[in-house]
Amino acid sequence: MRILVVGGGTAGTIIANNLARRLGPETRSGKVRITMLTASDRHMYQPGLLYVAFGQMAPDQLYRDQASLLEPNIDFHVDPVKQFMLDKNQVKTESGKVYEYDIIVIATGSRMVPDETPGLTEGAEFFYTEASAVKMYQKLREFKGGKVAVAVGVPHKCPIAPVEVMFALNDFFKARGIRDKVNLKYYYPIGRIHTIENVAKWAKPEFDKMGIEYETLFNIREVDAKNKILKSEEGTEVEYDLLIVIPQHRGMEVIERDNLGQGGWIPTDRYKLTMNGHENVYVVGDTTNLPVSKTGSAAHFQAEVVAENIASIIKIGSPVRDYDGKVYCFIEAGHEKATYAMFNYLNPPDLKPPSKPMHWFKLSYNQMYWTSVRGLL
Amino acid sequence: MSVTKTIDARDTFCPGPLMELISYMKHASVGDVVELLSTDTGSANDIPEWVKKVGHEMVGTEQVDGIWHLKVRKAK
Repeated sequence: MRILVVGGGTAGTIIANNLARRLGPETRSGKVRITMLTASDRHMYQPGLLYVAFGQMAPDQLYRDQASLLEPNIDFHVDPVKQFMLDKNQVKTESGKVYEYDIIVIATGSRMVPDETPGLTEGAEFFYTEASAVKMYQKLREFKGGKVAVAVGVPHKCPIAPVEVMFALNDFFKARGIRDKVNLKYYYPIGRIHTIENVAKWAKPEFDKMGIEYETLFNIREVDAKNKILKSEEGTEVEYDLLIVIPQHRGMEVIERDNLGQGGWIPTDRYKLTMNGHENVYVVGDTTNLPVSKTGSAAHFQAEVVAENIASIIKIGSPVRDYDGKVYCFIEAGHEKATYAMFNYLNPPDLKPPSKPMHWFKLSYNQMYWTSVRGLL
Repeated sequence: MSVTKTIDARDTFCPGPLMELISYMKHASVGDVVELLSTDTGSANDIPEWVKKVGHEMVGTEQVDGIWHLKVRKAK
């Protein structure tokens, strides 16, 4: 049995390690072979980018060597997939090699695409890559006061990030003693300040207390970077001195090029996590088209289900679990406090008041992630 | 009127039905009709509100067995 894991982010790494541990005897006897193909020899802890943007983590703290995270019985290659040939159970890689499989896991993730919005790359700051997060920090350090606009593209990775960045900005400017010189305003695509109703209900009075203004039903159309004007699909215009944007995302180019899914999102069964019409193709993390948050947390819980099911198929001939839509997101709430949102397909989150211990837990998790991604936590 | 695409946004809290619709409309062609399925009671209000504000067209709103079927035509 040849299992091929494509992608070495949170989901792919947890699945490969989980499988390697569950199928130790089978891999030693040669009955099972686990292969991972990735685009990078380094693994990034992506939630750390928000801390980099505020000078609270150094970029090198976000990385580990991918090989150091993997169980030794995983056959690991830095050789990204160039073409999926699902009808032949094969993939072709950048190096020209062809890999055959019996079961494939597609966990290629997503990428920000600010260039798809006119003027956005020139006019806005981001924190979804290392370089953009470092640049955003430098812009924040230089900022002397004025209008800060924070706007949100659709779809985006980490749906909690928009509110977290507002709380972080409030703290940052207070600590620098210039909060009274800064007008902080938040622009959100739907009719309330967060897509999760209970998060919106909690965050609105927090924004009010902190003097954070907001406008809803605002979808980014274009940016006039020269004149510093942000324009919405809904017809409104906003002047700004500093623009921070949660950028629109897409799946990876190879997914769109091979017509596996519009926007790079693969049509996926929401419970089995198999690609629609392909029982031996599993899709996890950001790569799915599921109506689920694109976060490391969703990727983690999906990965556990997929790994257990693939191992069960090998051991007893059938899967044993469904994915129930579980997501657990920390929410950094400012003032060194945090809370969390935990929900699944049927049960909405019930937010608790932010606390310092939850903030310390989040800071601890920033390190514990490396245990988590090894499949140990 | 034929539906170009059906989005199944039932039983989801995040990103939610309206975010799913906004996301899809970016890639749709003018004239496409999308049918959004939602179990969120707020969808019957917030989706027509956004559609009107942005300048698309609501072409159907009905609830069948607890599921909202909201049809939207991309107008621009």
